[in-house]
Amino acid sequence: MSDFQPHPDLAPPASTVGVIGWLRVNLFSSPMNTLLTLVGLFIIYSLIVPALDWAIFSASWVGTDKNACSHDGACWVFVGQRLDFFIYGFYPKAEYWRINVVFVLLALLIIPQMIENAPYKGYLGWFFLIGFPIIAGILLLGGIFGLEPVPTDKWGGLALTLVISFVGIVAALPIGILLALGRRSEMPVIRTMCVVFIELWRGVPLISVLFMASVMLPLFLPEGTNFNKLLRALIGITMFQSAYMAEVIRGGLQAIPKGQYEAAAALGLGYWKSMGLIILPQALKLVIPGIVNTFIALFKDTTLVLIIGLFDVLQTVASAIVDPAWPEVSTEGFIFAAFVFWVFCFTMSRYSIALERKLHTGHQR
Amino acid sequence: MKGPVVIVIAVIAALVGYFAAGAINKPAEMKAAAPAAKKAEPAKASGGTLAAVKAKGVLSCGVSTGLPGFSAPDKSNKWSGLDVDVCRAVAAAVLGSADKVKFTPLTAKERFTALQSGEIDILSRNTTWTHTRDTSLGLNFAGVSYYDGQGFMVSTKLGVKSAKELSGAAVCIQAGTTTELNLADYFRFNNLKYKSVVFDTSDQSVKGFESGRCDVLTSDQSQLYALRTKLADPTKAVVLPEIISKEPLGPVVRQGDDQWFNIVKWTLNALINAEELGINAGNVASMKSSKNPSVQRVLGTASDMGKKLGLGNDWAANAIGQVGNYSEIFERNVGKGTPLNIARGVNALWSKGGIMYAPPIR
Repeated sequence: MSDFQPHPDLAPPASTVGVIGWLRVNLFSSPMNTLLTLVGLFIIYSLIVPALDWAIFSASWVGTDKNACSHDGACWVFVGQRLDFFIYGFYPKAEYWRINVVFVLLALLIIPQMIENAPYKGYLGWFFLIGFPIIAGILLLGGIFGLEPVPTDKWGGLALTLVISFVGIVAALPIGILLALGRRSEMPVIRTMCVVFIELWRGVPLISVLFMASVMLPLFLPEGTNFNKLLRALIGITMFQSAYMAEVIRGGLQAIPKGQYEAAAALGLGYWKSMGLIILPQALKLVIPGIVNTFIALFKDTTLVLIIGLFDVLQTVASAIVDPAWPEVSTEGFIFAAFVFWVFCFTMSRYSIALERKLHTGHQR
Repeated sequence: MKGPVVIVIAVIAALVGYFAAGAINKPAEMKAAAPAAKKAEPAKASGGTLAAVKAKGVLSCGVSTGLPGFSAPDKSNKWSGLDVDVCRAVAAAVLGSADKVKFTPLTAKERFTALQSGEIDILSRNTTWTHTRDTSLGLNFAGVSYYDGQGFMVSTKLGVKSAKELSGAAVCIQAGTTTELNLADYFRFNNLKYKSVVFDTSDQSVKGFESGRCDVLTSDQSQLYALRTKLADPTKAVVLPEIISKEPLGPVVRQGDDQWFNIVKWTLNALINAEELGINAGNVASMKSSKNPSVQRVLGTASDMGKKLGLGNDWAANAIGQVGNYSEIFERNVGKGTPLNIARGVNALWSKGGIMYAPPIR
């Protein structure tokens, strides 16, 4: 008498599982599909291989001048040699450490915000919004605590891009919230003012806002009044983006059911409390994709400051590639600029997805 | 509920319209009369621009957003070029230091408005001196720092020696420039046929030229030399001798402040005179003991030439000592030792076969 020994299951045929099975089902299921797969592979091969060869294998990586560049591939030597210009612009070399400190501080403050349950997250967040801009401003501008003053016309490159987008993002969100609330207000004067503001700024292109701020504004002001060009650009960009932000947030406010407002009122909460504790937390959560969308648009719009003679990272690249000391390097330069923008925009978009997941409370259908 | 809102909106719209109309009318009047009338007052009083520059301690200079040899950030991230050096020379003459300059990069569109609005004190941005600009924009051209002109670059394998042999050629040009109009004029006048291939930026037109989409590349001659260096093999292209347009480039100031106009004009003249008299950055100190009365006048050891401009008598000595004479500026930025490798040509002194001629300082 022996125990019943079931025959172990046979493995499925090798041609239906694993890589081969997947290939058969998805890529070679019919003669037509096989043909399309082969054509597709050929196109990918003929595009990717030369691109990789140009960008990596035949590229020149080390050296100090044009002699280090071969004409077979990309000349990354150029980007490496001018990297300090792309990052710091015209900032004096001896003061680069100040920008570096700001960069490091920025990274140190952002990282805890991305980690769940990081200690002192709330305090750090408030410091990020209030303390950090003051410290960064002092460091970048100088003029006190024995720091050598660096006027804003020396700012440029990635540092300037980040300053403009940081100020724009940090200022546009609260102003946008206030405008959105104002537009839904019961008070006709406030509502009208908000509507006029939003429609006015949304109705003009950013280019003309910047151009007005930079060129026309001094004509209206009395002779000799000349306030900072960067400040003018910052105000223009903030006004412009806060109008967009207001409309994004208004979308969120409209999505909150009336019952929530009534529940807040039933609890005896006043206007600001019901907005701050009940309505806005829900509304803002709903429109995170829209808000981040506006942030990303703002980040990319910073390239328009070239129009008023500020050198953002794209313009530093554009002015460096014409240097006759280098061969034709426009492709390398613009790929670098595109990469920088992609890194920042992609980070923002991933952060927004993570935030959405974290705040997900089953409201999505 | 609806009624009052509509009324409020209507009232606000009316007010906005009223103020907007006022605001638009005002600058229009201002603009028409402005640069002359508005600036004339302070000029008479105390030389408005000079006093303002001295008070600020820094000269605001409008430059291009990156034009090799004329104004572009160099490899140590500082502005350099021929136009930049003109500003540095004025700063040295006025403030005693060539480094007291704030450079404002300007696009072609923005440059004149920036000067009119007082945002910059001097525009030194490869700007062609033309009748229209001089007469209708409220500006004064303070002289010519570089005589440019539109030229042609051809591939050596065409074997062309003169632009007159270019009939039927495909010509690469940049869109929206006077280059396009000059080209049409020249070819029509000479009964030549051509096909234009238009590009947006200069580096695109170089790529078009290199890939053989056109036989000829046309642009200002000074820029052709810069573009030539961008070719994989610059020896395969040659710049033809013909120049089909006159492009005298020079510094520009606002109309109405004659003292400031004179300062810029005579600083430029001093640089050119210095070359003629053999004064350069190296020997400016020893030349001060020169017996030549012309040298003495330029360097301020004899008569009060600086005082007449409202400056110190060492104005020209400062400019030459810190920036160099015209020849040094030219050679350093666009001359033989640079990638642009431009010969002096018409920009040589009048006494050496060129047309660079400065009135005497006396």
